[in-house]
Amino acid sequence: MCTRNEAPPHRGSASLLDCAAAEAAAPTPGLRGNRTHFSRASTAGAGVLIALVLGSSAAFAQGPNLGKPISPAEIAAWDISIMPDGSGLPPGSGTPAQGSSVYVAKCAMCHGASGRGGSAAALVGGSPLTTGIDTTKTIANFWPYATTLFDFTRRAMPWPKPRTLANDEVYALTAYILALNKLIGENDVMNADTLPKVRMPNREGFIVRFPERMP
Amino acid sequence: MPSSRSTRRWEDLEVVARNGLLDRRAFFKGGAAFAAAITGYTLSDSAAAQQLPDAPWSAAAGSLLTPYGAPSQFENGVARTLSNPKGEPRTQHARTPHHLINGTFTPNGLHFIISHSGNPDIDPEKHRLVIHGLVRQPLVFTLDALMRYPMVSRMAFVECGGNGAPLFSKEPIDATVQALHGLVSCAEWTGVMLSTLLEETGIDPKAKWLIAEGADSLALSRSVPMTKALDDAMIALYQNGERLMPGNGYPMRLLLPGWEGNMNVKWLRRIKLVETPAMSYYEARTYAPILPSGKAYQFYFLQEVKSFITHPSPGLKLSGPGFYEISGLAYSANGRIAKVMVSADGGKSWTQAALQAPVLPKAFARFRVPWRWDGGPAVLQSRAWDEAGNVQPTRAQIVAARGETKTVPNVMGFPNQHYNGPTSWGIERSGEVKHVYA
Repeated sequence: MCTRNEAPPHRGSASLLDCAAAEAAAPTPGLRGNRTHFSRASTAGAGVLIALVLGSSAAFAQGPNLGKPISPAEIAAWDISIMPDGSGLPPGSGTPAQGSSVYVAKCAMCHGASGRGGSAAALVGGSPLTTGIDTTKTIANFWPYATTLFDFTRRAMPWPKPRTLANDEVYALTAYILALNKLIGENDVMNADTLPKVRMPNREGFIVRFPERMP
Repeated sequence: MPSSRSTRRWEDLEVVARNGLLDRRAFFKGGAAFAAAITGYTLSDSAAAQQLPDAPWSAAAGSLLTPYGAPSQFENGVARTLSNPKGEPRTQHARTPHHLINGTFTPNGLHFIISHSGNPDIDPEKHRLVIHGLVRQPLVFTLDALMRYPMVSRMAFVECGGNGAPLFSKEPIDATVQALHGLVSCAEWTGVMLSTLLEETGIDPKAKWLIAEGADSLALSRSVPMTKALDDAMIALYQNGERLMPGNGYPMRLLLPGWEGNMNVKWLRRIKLVETPAMSYYEARTYAPILPSGKAYQFYFLQEVKSFITHPSPGLKLSGPGFYEISGLAYSANGRIAKVMVSADGGKSWTQAALQAPVLPKAFARFRVPWRWDGGPAVLQSRAWDEAGNVQPTRAQIVAARGETKTVPNVMGFPNQHYNGPTSWGIERSGEVKHVYA
């Protein structure tokens, strides 16, 4: 009896591989046979796994199944990923003027007056990337998406107290920094609708290193 | 018999490449007696020889055992170097002293660390791992739960994408292998295959990427293709047999064998399956190397085939002409190391190094070559091939494709990323070893 026959057979584990092989040889083991194949394939296994997990909930019955189901509401405080298309952006908004006062109170001590840099990086300006391969990367000369600015500010800043800024404050700071860099107008409002539409200057400045490794 | 040993001497060995490189099989051809001969040891038959003394530590009982071991007091100098020892509000690096250790894995206390906002002090009882997004059933795992899953152990190197970046400098920086290449280490990692957990959450076919996120103050996050996640990604819980070190992700990290260190997210607390990459700070900005054209590489992922000599290297002065073993490390994200060639004349002539068995995929391979130093100038260099047929490029090839800096950068900085060219050590007549370009 294979007590762990729902676990993927792991490389280097003879007993589990033997177990899976026994399952594959059983009279009605279609799914299990495929699963053995999945575990030994690498990238080709993905499709098989997808088919399995969506096709048969019964297939999980004998796995460890020690994860506890969790609802989106319970994950909400951790679910802070912002995508380039704007998905994940929270409600709220802010203007450069509002961001200026938040900046003075919570950011300037490290990033310097008006984003010109201090003990932490400058947030405004930047040399052309053709200056050299060690050109300092800035929001204006390098970052391809404005959503990254919101995401990183919200998740990581301010350094001593990350994730303490209100969403309106993050929108306002994002607007302030984008306006300092003349990437938006001084009166533009940043929110879940407008931020993803900001066109960053270096959006097309990238070459995927290994296209064959991309999904 | 001593007389039989004296018939063959290391001076008589065939030199297989210029500047004294010997055949890697020299030691295996003649057996132990021959090996003793070529290392220069001789047996004395003289009755008048001074007798070896009994040292103090042999004349009395020794010290108490300790519950958790530490190296000898005489090894206190074998330590990581710290880039930010006062913990200023910026990244901290701790670099592995490759010139002071040997073998193929890195002791846990010497494994390199990059912590972008310090090491969080995580209570394992309270830590949680959530998998959600494009799944059939979002799940949360406690550490106790993960400990009950089937586990796998494997050797794997982890290398920072910026390791070796000082070699983009237009002039060679006078520094040790620790400063130049100390941001790569290798360990045996044990944990649960990510595919095992994803089988329980189920995968929506729309999921092409996952976002991995840490429990550190930056909530560091990186996007990883699902193909890698289902290939050999692991939720690593143990490092060289003991639980992960705090700086290496305690109590759990994502291990992506062979892939850029920063993607191996430490203190892992959340995995979200998504359709597109998040373009997080570290993938959209930091680990995207600028090219001479002004464009930048994105999604570099792989730590490509690379090697460097650790012995001798700067800081290890040669004590006079005669026999030395040249040895070093080679590794590749594309599988096993197939071959390492070593030169003692700056790349003009080469000999093949012996590889320490077992040679494992995506792990350190230790290479060794016997060498007779004649006391003159020499330039040592290694070059590796992997089983996928990739060869470590020459520095000239890298500079042609990737450029070099116009000024000499700080050796602790990252003037660019993903340098996998060779490293050359110049041997001076004094026995000093210096970093040079050749």
